[in-house]
Amino acid sequence: MQNLLLIFFCGLLSFALQAKQILLSPNSNSQEEIQEALIDLEPGDVLTLEPGEYYFEDGLSLDVNDVIFEGSGIDSTILNFGEQISGAQGLLVTSDGVTLRDFAILDAKGDAIKVIGANGINMIRLRTEWTGGPKESNGAYGFYPVESKDVLIDGCVAIGASDAGIYVGQSQNIIVKNSTAKYNVAGIEIENSYYADVFDNLATHNTGGILIFDLPDLPQQGGHHVRVFRNKAINNDTDNFAPEGNIVGEVPRGTGIIIQANSDVEVFDNDIYGNGTVNLSIVTYGYETEDENYNPHPKSIQIHGNRFGDGGFDPDVGTGELAAILFELSDGDMPDIFWDGILPTSQMIFGQPDEERLLITNNGNATFLTLNPIKYILPFFDPVERDIKAYEGKVRPLPEVILN
Amino acid sequence: MKKASLLILIVLFINTIYAIDNDLILEEKFPKKLSDFAFFKDIHAQIPAEGVVPYELISSLFSDYSYKQRWVYIPENKKASFRKDEVFDFPVGSALIKTFYYPIDERNLSLGKKLMETRLLLRKQNGWEAVSYAWNEDQDEAIIKKAGKTILTDWIDFKGESRSVRYRVPNKNQCKECHAKNDAVMPIGPKARNLNKIYDYQDESINQLTKWMKLEYIDNIQTDLNTPVDWKDDTYSVDERVRSYLDINCGHCHISSGGANSTGLYLDLTETRPTHLGINKKPVATGRGSGGYEFSISPGKAEESILLHRMISTDPGVMMPESGRSLTHIEAVEMIKEWITVM
Repeated sequence: MQNLLLIFFCGLLSFALQAKQILLSPNSNSQEEIQEALIDLEPGDVLTLEPGEYYFEDGLSLDVNDVIFEGSGIDSTILNFGEQISGAQGLLVTSDGVTLRDFAILDAKGDAIKVIGANGINMIRLRTEWTGGPKESNGAYGFYPVESKDVLIDGCVAIGASDAGIYVGQSQNIIVKNSTAKYNVAGIEIENSYYADVFDNLATHNTGGILIFDLPDLPQQGGHHVRVFRNKAINNDTDNFAPEGNIVGEVPRGTGIIIQANSDVEVFDNDIYGNGTVNLSIVTYGYETEDENYNPHPKSIQIHGNRFGDGGFDPDVGTGELAAILFELSDGDMPDIFWDGILPTSQMIFGQPDEERLLITNNGNATFLTLNPIKYILPFFDPVERDIKAYEGKVRPLPEVILN
Repeated sequence: MKKASLLILIVLFINTIYAIDNDLILEEKFPKKLSDFAFFKDIHAQIPAEGVVPYELISSLFSDYSYKQRWVYIPENKKASFRKDEVFDFPVGSALIKTFYYPIDERNLSLGKKLMETRLLLRKQNGWEAVSYAWNEDQDEAIIKKAGKTILTDWIDFKGESRSVRYRVPNKNQCKECHAKNDAVMPIGPKARNLNKIYDYQDESINQLTKWMKLEYIDNIQTDLNTPVDWKDDTYSVDERVRSYLDINCGHCHISSGGANSTGLYLDLTETRPTHLGINKKPVATGRGSGGYEFSISPGKAEESILLHRMISTDPGVMMPESGRSLTHIEAVEMIKEWITVM
């Protein structure tokens, strides 16, 4: 028995030697103390911040693999960057296999949490917020993983970002779930990314709820395989407050979901209503580009089994071009679903391959509007088509994302 | 006989005092004090030990108007190998040493200087590691600062005006923010092309690359180096000067193998594609860094170019580079303004 106990304690001791937990509480030296702890962590370690408010003048950064950086709760451990003087973000993570959980980052001068090039990043029950409400001077992104693989964002809250609350860019294998994005320009944005599942989220009171975008001239482009399901993209009614020049600056207030220039996107089982311009748009990238490798057209998009409610009742014709064009084309009778109808020239003439065709099926009483580009060019034809039935078909489900 | 052996002992002893601690360079843990490495014969006066050779870059990265002194140490009988447009491949055990300081008065350098920090890049077995040592008040020792340090200091500039700065000694992670190439730490300056100039050594004035060959630090190298110009030298064209400035200040991050590669804005000297150089390039994830402007560079419209806007700004959420600067580099801003205006 004694031997057993001894073995038990030895085991405990060796475990303790391998991985340690560091506990810190707020004090006047928190900046240096926490940054030093983040530098000195070793793989397996846990850094825990006790409840309280921590103040920072400089950004924090973490570059150690396989560690946990945690607080005690989304409302109890507060990292306040309101007086930040240097650092382009609140917290920067550049290592692999990191878990961040249970704290809030407030009023960062740039992005709140940026993760670059991580192989595995878990962001769980975190809050990023700009506390002065929607303002152009707020930081761009709340959650900003980029060039990363195996990204999990679960149970997070993003408020007040002047670009996107939750933004995943140029990444692969992504899950964004159980999260809330409100009062941002874009609630949740998946950009130039491959294999993303976005589900059980609430995107509300943003300018636009959920954006699936692809942009040219970047190392990773041709975004594909994105599933958006069981989300609520509702009542997105905040005026666009993005600084001009940014692509989200074009998003009209009252947009539920936009898909731009991606392939293989499946949007299903969502609640989409209360969006004053349009509940769902599928559009081509609208700017000139010399990037020959870039495909500006959305393709293989499937919209099925969603519940659409009121939309288009307050089109934001002053922001970007989308709302104004749509308002004119529809004579004010705004659709739930809009597709700009623009195809590569060859497909306009010879038709689209079946598997690339837009599919819209089983969406209740949702209304629809698209343009026939050939009729648009020719005189005497009305280019507007509203027959949603023409897009019905059999759903080809996309595979589930499984994180490594 | 006894006297002679004593003398030998003394000589040996002195040699060990001034010999670089080769093992310490390779050790996993950094020593607390800079003096432990023995890179300097006289640490206060910054007089290097035997085998520690000074060097300069044609153009230097702006660090809040601080001055920099650089040295390289390569262990005996080892060599660095040449890589075109890349930093030399230094052998294990090498050290790059850089001291940041402000002169008391830029108009009269003999009045002395205030040493801020000495940064080391050490070539360990598994690659480079960066660390910084901040100088003490007495200026006779520098102490390791892994978490960085803020130092408020001032100096008198060329015009006789008193300037002050909130100087940041970077923490270990911040070192990597600039010194990252494909996620590994990498020096920025000592590329053959940046060293290709005359240096006034104590014994001779000679091209640094020739000197390194004479010292057998490097073998012969090819001659086509893409040598940049000194951006301060206005006998060169504005375009050459700006490209050199952007290369040394931005190109280590804004390159396809660098930390900012996700932006698609590439400012390395060898970049030729207009869009990737920022010309009529829309911002990607710039947020309020865009300042409300449409393109990184709007030819003819300097005031509407995001690149210039972010160089002028000192707001941490807007400014570029993201770290290592808290003041605006006015002279460079003027030059780039001219460059964009006549574009």
